[in-house]
Amino acid sequence: MESPISLDSAYGPSEDVVVREIEGELIIVPLVSGIGDLEDELFTLNETGRAIWQRLDGLRPLRAVVNELAAEFDAPAGRIEEDVVGLLEELARRKMIVRKG
Amino acid sequence: MSPAAKAFTRKVESGRADFWKAGRPRLARLDIELTERCNNDCVHCSINLPDGDDEAKRRESTTAEIKNILAEAASLGCLSVRFTGGEPLLREDFEETYMAARKLGLRVRIFTNATLVTPRLAAVLKKVPPLEKMEVSVYGMTSETSEKVTGNPGAYEASRRGIGLLSGHGIPFVLKGVVVPDTKGEMDRFEAWAREISGAAGRPAYAVLFDLRSRRDNEAKNDRIRELRMGPREYVELESRLRKSHAGELRGFVARFAGTSGDRLFACLADTGSVDAYGRFQVCLLLRHPETVFDLKKSSLRSAVEEFLPKVREMRASDPAYLERCGRCFLKALCLLCPARSWTEHGTLDTPVEYLCGITHAQAVSIGVIREGEKSWAVADWRARVERLTASPKDRETARIEGREEC
Repeated sequence: MESPISLDSAYGPSEDVVVREIEGELIIVPLVSGIGDLEDELFTLNETGRAIWQRLDGLRPLRAVVNELAAEFDAPAGRIEEDVVGLLEELARRKMIVRKG
Repeated sequence: MSPAAKAFTRKVESGRADFWKAGRPRLARLDIELTERCNNDCVHCSINLPDGDDEAKRRESTTAEIKNILAEAASLGCLSVRFTGGEPLLREDFEETYMAARKLGLRVRIFTNATLVTPRLAAVLKKVPPLEKMEVSVYGMTSETSEKVTGNPGAYEASRRGIGLLSGHGIPFVLKGVVVPDTKGEMDRFEAWAREISGAAGRPAYAVLFDLRSRRDNEAKNDRIRELRMGPREYVELESRLRKSHAGELRGFVARFAGTSGDRLFACLADTGSVDAYGRFQVCLLLRHPETVFDLKKSSLRSAVEEFLPKVREMRASDPAYLERCGRCFLKALCLLCPARSWTEHGTLDTPVEYLCGITHAQAVSIGVIREGEKSWAVADWRARVERLTASPKDRETARIEGREEC
């Protein structure tokens, strides 16, 4: 199945979540229903997810984010791209991000 | 980057100490009493003022003050707030306050009697869920019982209407009953009804051991509350009826937490706090002793949490009766006595409460860790007795036959 995530698009946090940084942890709190269940559903990101999330500014196309991460972490772009698309698919499924352009 | 990372997000179990890698937030949970006023006038209530008490209403924190407290709580890492009262839905700004909390990324736990739930509020709660189960108190299975308990004609019908709205909108909630003479005979019906309600999670909880007035403001009401309290034996029987595993749980609890506390007063968690209806920080909502209250209108929530709270938690008992009895009692963790209940009963922080002592002793007798008439603070070999609680049934039987079983 084709990924709904495009490397040519920019993505940013959805207004349907509140993102908080508490004691070094990035916590994503659903604001509206349909993101987690109706109760007790908060999410945090692993290190990889956090590095990607912090670059989702809604302005840069995802390809630029991949290139930046590949340079910073000295990792193959293909591997990074897989991680970035994987995270964004997960976040999109949870309605935590939106396509900004 | 981690090449093997496949699941990038995970659910937060913030109550688990090992979740926080760098350290727990300074304030994990905050209880906010939005008002002391209530549209019910329940016979057993430790706090309610009449809903038309204009003087109380005038003194209550403003919407802006509550929003400031919420923002400060979020900045201290707070993840969850509880809105309680009185009846919190009496506040005309409830929806605004609720939305402010949720937009700060706070989970909200709402304690309510559900009588003031409107279609509009239910729709808001459906669209922007509280992320915690609401807790809905129910005061009888008939209009007549409800009126006897709440003193509010029409409360039964209004409560059922509110619960119907929550259920119809798919908002999860826990039902809570109250065990007073008028409702005792309705418990089976209440539980059967609760099982049928969509959205009502699990078995209902019950208010059983009633606290006296936390403002120490009404001796006539206190007398009535004392009359409603069940005796120690009846309490043990009720607990066994409510939970088949009660005795086992009790044994497990005592085996795990038995021990003496000396002059240490506060055993509660260090990362929670409360704010009363007038913007005063307290360790918990029941504890209104002047030495344990901090005025947020004169200082910040951060100061309350970081400077005031640690000092309060270091307070020590000095009452000789407390030190002789409670300080030496190996069942202290089982007992509900705490500075708040010493305050409501005696106006002090460290006076034994006979009622709670009786309840604790009855529980301990029921699992055989003390004998009838024995005082827990005078048990010299409590460690050996507690050890036997965890021994196998065969070991206990052998000990009994050999005459080593002391109680």
